[in-house]
Amino acid sequence: MNRTMRALLGATALCAAGGIASAQENVTLTIATVNNGDMIRMQGLTQDFTAQHPNITLEWVTLEENVLRQRVTTDIATQGGQYDILTIGNYEVPIWAAQNWLVPLNDMPESFEPDDLLEPVADALSVDGTLYASPFYAESAMVMYRTDLAEAASVTIPDSPTWTDIRTAAEAMTDQANGVYGICLRGKAGWGENMAFLTAMANSYGARWFDMEWNPQFDSPEWTEAATDYVDMMTQFGPPGASNNGFNENLSLFQQGQCGIWIDATVAASFVTNPTDSTVADSVGFAQFPNKEGVDNHGNWLWTWSLAIPASSQNQDAAKEFIAWATSRGYSELVAQEQGWAAAPPGTRRSLYDSAEYQEAAPFAAMTLTAIESANTSQSSVQETPYSGGQFVAIPEFQGIGTAVGQQFSAALAGQGDVQQALNNAQQLTQREISRAGYPK
Amino acid sequence: MARAASTRRKAATTLIAWTVGLLIFFPIFWTVLTSFKPEAQAIAMPPRLWNFDWTLENYTAVQERSNYFRHFWNSVIISVGSTLIGLIIAIPAAWSMAFVPGRGTRNILMWMLSTKMLPAVGVLVPIYLLARDTGLLDSRILLVGVLTMINLPIIVWMLYTYFREIPGEILEAARMDGATLRSEILYVLTPMAVPGIASTLLLNVILAWNEAFWTLNLTAARSAPLTAFIASYSSPEGLFYAKLSAASTMAIAPILILGWFSQKQLVRGLTFGAVK
Repeated sequence: MNRTMRALLGATALCAAGGIASAQENVTLTIATVNNGDMIRMQGLTQDFTAQHPNITLEWVTLEENVLRQRVTTDIATQGGQYDILTIGNYEVPIWAAQNWLVPLNDMPESFEPDDLLEPVADALSVDGTLYASPFYAESAMVMYRTDLAEAASVTIPDSPTWTDIRTAAEAMTDQANGVYGICLRGKAGWGENMAFLTAMANSYGARWFDMEWNPQFDSPEWTEAATDYVDMMTQFGPPGASNNGFNENLSLFQQGQCGIWIDATVAASFVTNPTDSTVADSVGFAQFPNKEGVDNHGNWLWTWSLAIPASSQNQDAAKEFIAWATSRGYSELVAQEQGWAAAPPGTRRSLYDSAEYQEAAPFAAMTLTAIESANTSQSSVQETPYSGGQFVAIPEFQGIGTAVGQQFSAALAGQGDVQQALNNAQQLTQREISRAGYPK
Repeated sequence: MARAASTRRKAATTLIAWTVGLLIFFPIFWTVLTSFKPEAQAIAMPPRLWNFDWTLENYTAVQERSNYFRHFWNSVIISVGSTLIGLIIAIPAAWSMAFVPGRGTRNILMWMLSTKMLPAVGVLVPIYLLARDTGLLDSRILLVGVLTMINLPIIVWMLYTYFREIPGEILEAARMDGATLRSEILYVLTPMAVPGIASTLLLNVILAWNEAFWTLNLTAARSAPLTAFIASYSSPEGLFYAKLSAASTMAIAPILILGWFSQKQLVRGLTFGAVK
């Protein structure tokens, strides 16, 4: 073998070795995520993924929702490239996708099965028909109530109740002397706290945040009626200090048997029916989010924690592999196998709701599916709106405006001023901020 | 009569001091207590003081889920590193301001203090971009640098106050004996100001340990300190209060122990020169 031949053979061998090394290149994926039960469960099950992909290492950055939002917003807006996968909601996805900050998920591995995703959820995470984030779990809102208290008070809550039904039942179930309050609703100020609930409630009364010229609508009769009924019900039949109660506080009250009715995110259903944590697990009924008589609208609440890839990620292929694993039908089956069907992440895939085992393990499955399927986030009010979003307005300024308005209603609930004053203040501050942002035509 | 009045005054002062002390300590006590409650009883209404099922399950869960020691070492390196570098820069600066004041010294001191009034978020993006371009995002070097700069005004001010209490004649005498500037600061000034330097060091370690804005915003997985460890247990949708309390207790324990053993130096340093 002459020298040239040996050199050629050597070069070929080096190229082949390089190719193998590149295919097996070690990758570290940094995943920013929120702290909640489903996400923590996923972190505990990732051995299944790393066994299939031994060259991929996972680094987790778990943060509180608002801290995470601030942290990943800074990173993605500056193209910092600190994260390969972000956990974000359907509030961020359309805004960030429009800025080209997210990688489209249109060439995912086969196991991803995009057609299995529930349509409203996929729509909320798509821009112009392209999916930019994959839902890990999704939620709408519904009524959770104590069947034993309803029976004792001789009231019935229909599957699709009106606000009058809810008020009547709350009044009948209230037994303040024994620490039982007819209704528990969010009162803590925040765009994702009381304003998520109040916006959905206002939708179900026929109200909207803005007209087609971006004029705030807090001076409309629909908003007045919704806000008045909210404060009135909570003052008469709600727990003391309700203006400080968010999801967690109401969850704790309901689990301890202190709430007759709780209207909140559907994800709560698995918590209140879990006998390990809930003292009322075997006596919980479910109903659709209420509507005002004559208004065909059940709030249109839709939220989904989803996984997205920032455009600044250097490991986009590996990130797609992970997202396909974490949000696939196979992942639900893995959870079911390890921890039971009731622990499967809800609200994202049709196949989960077709599963007889899941329906049996999760008594709330049918109502959750009904709630999610009836949520229309592109047209959240019966009146025409210039914005999308169900329990929020999908514009970047909403976080600030929503929280400021939420403080007005929280103050009214705490007895600091009346409902009309809160509505007037909300109207003024929203008008000011939306004008500054340049929306009104 | 006068003795009775004096006793009454002492009793009242003691009562007020105890009340204030207990009020300040109560949140820490409640956090520690909550860390031993089952999650379902952590935010029960009415709150449970003793009648709950004591458990260590929250500490076990936190240990299983998070790498406490990695966060702990990051906190130690960031807080001690930034404080030591701050002291190295601040001692000569405070010396010059205390013993060789110029016409602009007072203005410089006030300007340094005024930088503390700038909302941190206002400079987040520029600093983030600088860190990105220098490849320092999510590194301990970056946090040491940023926290040094943030705490430098406080370190300079504290040392300046202590140095002002030291008679200039002693330094003059050292100079008469042929001490160089370096020897004067190292062998004359520093030993005399040890209580002040020690309390400055301790206070700034505590400030850097507790700093949450920059440590949360400039870190991801590798250099995240204990502030990020705590933040990973907070959740608006799900009950994690007992685990959050366990994580908080584990995060504040080292600094509480440090404070407990060094309280004499802290008090001595903080009251240094307060009463002549």
